[in-house]
Amino acid sequence: MDKRLHSTEQKTGVKEEAIATRDAYGEALLELGKERKDVVVLDADLSGSTKTGKFAKAFPDRFFNIGIAEQDMVGTAAGLALSGKLPFASTFAVFETGRAWEQIRQAVCYSNLNVKLVATHGGISVGEDGASHQATEDVTLMRVLPNMTVIVPSDGYETRQVINAIADYYGPVYVRLGRAKVPAVMPDDYEFTIGKAYTFYMGRDANIVAMGIMVSIALEAAKILKQEGIDTGVVNMSTVKPLDTETLLNTAKACRLIVTAEEHSIIGGLGSAVSEFLSENHPTYLYRIGIKDAFGCSGTPEELLKLYGLTADDIVRTIKEALGR
Amino acid sequence: MKDSRGCRERDITFLKAQAKLVRVEILKMLAVAGSGHTGGSLSAADIVTALYFSKMRHRPDNPSWRERDRFILSKGHAAPLLYAVLAMTGYFDISMLKTLRKLGSPLQGHPCSRALPGVEISTGSLGQGLSVSNGIAIGLKMDNLSSRVYCLLGDGEIQEGQVWEAAMTAAHYRLDNLCAIVDLNGLQIDGPVSKVKAIEPVASKWSAFGWNVIEIDGHNWEEILNAFDEAETVKGKPSVVLARTIKGKGVSFFEGKVEYHGVAPTQEELERALKELEVNG
Ligand SMILES: Cc1ncc(C[n+]2csc(CCOP(=O)(O)OP(=O)(O)O)c2C)c(N)n1
Ligand SMILES: [Mg+2]
Repeated sequence: MDKRLHSTEQKTGVKEEAIATRDAYGEALLELGKERKDVVVLDADLSGSTKTGKFAKAFPDRFFNIGIAEQDMVGTAAGLALSGKLPFASTFAVFETGRAWEQIRQAVCYSNLNVKLVATHGGISVGEDGASHQATEDVTLMRVLPNMTVIVPSDGYETRQVINAIADYYGPVYVRLGRAKVPAVMPDDYEFTIGKAYTFYMGRDANIVAMGIMVSIALEAAKILKQEGIDTGVVNMSTVKPLDTETLLNTAKACRLIVTAEEHSIIGGLGSAVSEFLSENHPTYLYRIGIKDAFGCSGTPEELLKLYGLTADDIVRTIKEALGR
Repeated sequence: MKDSRGCRERDITFLKAQAKLVRVEILKMLAVAGSGHTGGSLSAADIVTALYFSKMRHRPDNPSWRERDRFILSKGHAAPLLYAVLAMTGYFDISMLKTLRKLGSPLQGHPCSRALPGVEISTGSLGQGLSVSNGIAIGLKMDNLSSRVYCLLGDGEIQEGQVWEAAMTAAHYRLDNLCAIVDLNGLQIDGPVSKVKAIEPVASKWSAFGWNVIEIDGHNWEEILNAFDEAETVKGKPSVVLARTIKGKGVSFFEGKVEYHGVAPTQEELERALKELEVNG
């Protein structure tokens, strides 16, 4: 088992360089567009930032810039789905899930339409633009909707697989991507399946269940803890809904403490999902690392991760305190 | 009459000089921050300078003065422009401008009313400012205050449905104490507004919604000042100033360039820009 964690560490930054998940999305979408003629893409005046611009350039006839009108974009995507197309609608996560929430609820989820909402600029790692542009509630907002699937990939490699997987799946999907570069963490033989978590290593003392950029930070924390004799594992829970309850249950049974880690509010997101399941099925000592009922602010991504307690050191401290070490 | 004309000429000479300094401060703070929105701050600089340095009644030493005129920056990404005029009119020390977008600064990437006195409401998510302006305007009328409300929108921003919901509301409630301004610089992020999603004919849209429409060149001082004067005299309906502007105005190599929507000047570009502003006055 040790070897597995080790091999993942080695892989980091070696084979695949650090890229932003939004960049991986742009590439994956372009490839998908070549393979499937039913793929259509919508954006709301942010195609440069969301990276749908690549698809737009290659397939101008299948790209629709709806302008600064997110509600209209989601409704249009629903209509395209009704016409048998496979729409991917992208903008920043705040505007996609916040501004157009009721359109997503009514037109997309209630009717269970095949619309893929792929949003970028999730979390505080957006940086200098500040709170108005940092989505810290989007996973909560999407998770609460019936029929919705919620996925938060951890790196570029996983993102590419996610995009292909959701294209082959029927139903509403929300994918949350980031602005900043993230290290490659997933092993080469990894295959993403909707609803399946990936266990890097199962710890006997503690396990960190993470999503998105927090996966690489959790791996860092686990490494530090291991050196200090605290056996800590890491689970990449990239599908937040439906939750991989089987993996979660096994993980909780194997250790004394579960820590969830998300670049998101601790209210309603991954931490909540994990807590809800474990409370009812296997009450477990649990801590939630995440944004504690606060808005983001301007700063560099690194400064903000520190300010909001989302660094490897923060995870290490939480686990040591919880275990009384 | 003759006298007031001379007054206006003096006013314009003063405003011109201030607008130049506003542009200098915008460019300087953006260069220090290393990110932020250059084009849309410069395109509206003359209009917002006219408001803060001439038209609006406000007290920088008492930002919550009840009888002040209100300014709502609906296109919140033009925060550097708002910060420049607030600092230059005395809301806070001008040295604070170099903290733009830095951790802990009241000068957030997009305006934050909790952090900075003088900011009426936090903006940054486009399309919301006009509704808030309506609410303020209704409240002022209820309290029999003669204060006026100014709301600045972008031309891409008016693609948001909420803008038109608010446009209908303002006309319905006859908010003649409200003056919206649309910064028609012709560009948004993904390209020209006409290519991304056309908004024209923009004047007839607003008049069809029941607004008094005033069309101006947004860099012509006479027209800017006359527009705000006219808006004040129109009763029973809100006014909108449709201001044709140039994105990046004042710096030749930023003018009309879509790439400079959300990019800050480099140190080298800053130096060139400041030189240009110096020469052209
Ligand atoms: C609701 C919302 N959607 C998208 C954005 C991202 N965004 C910021 S500025 C901008 C373009 C604005 O264009 P325009 O209104 O013409 O502004 P200007 O040209 O005056 O800078 C966009 C799409 C946003 N801030 N808010
Ligand atoms: Mg514009």
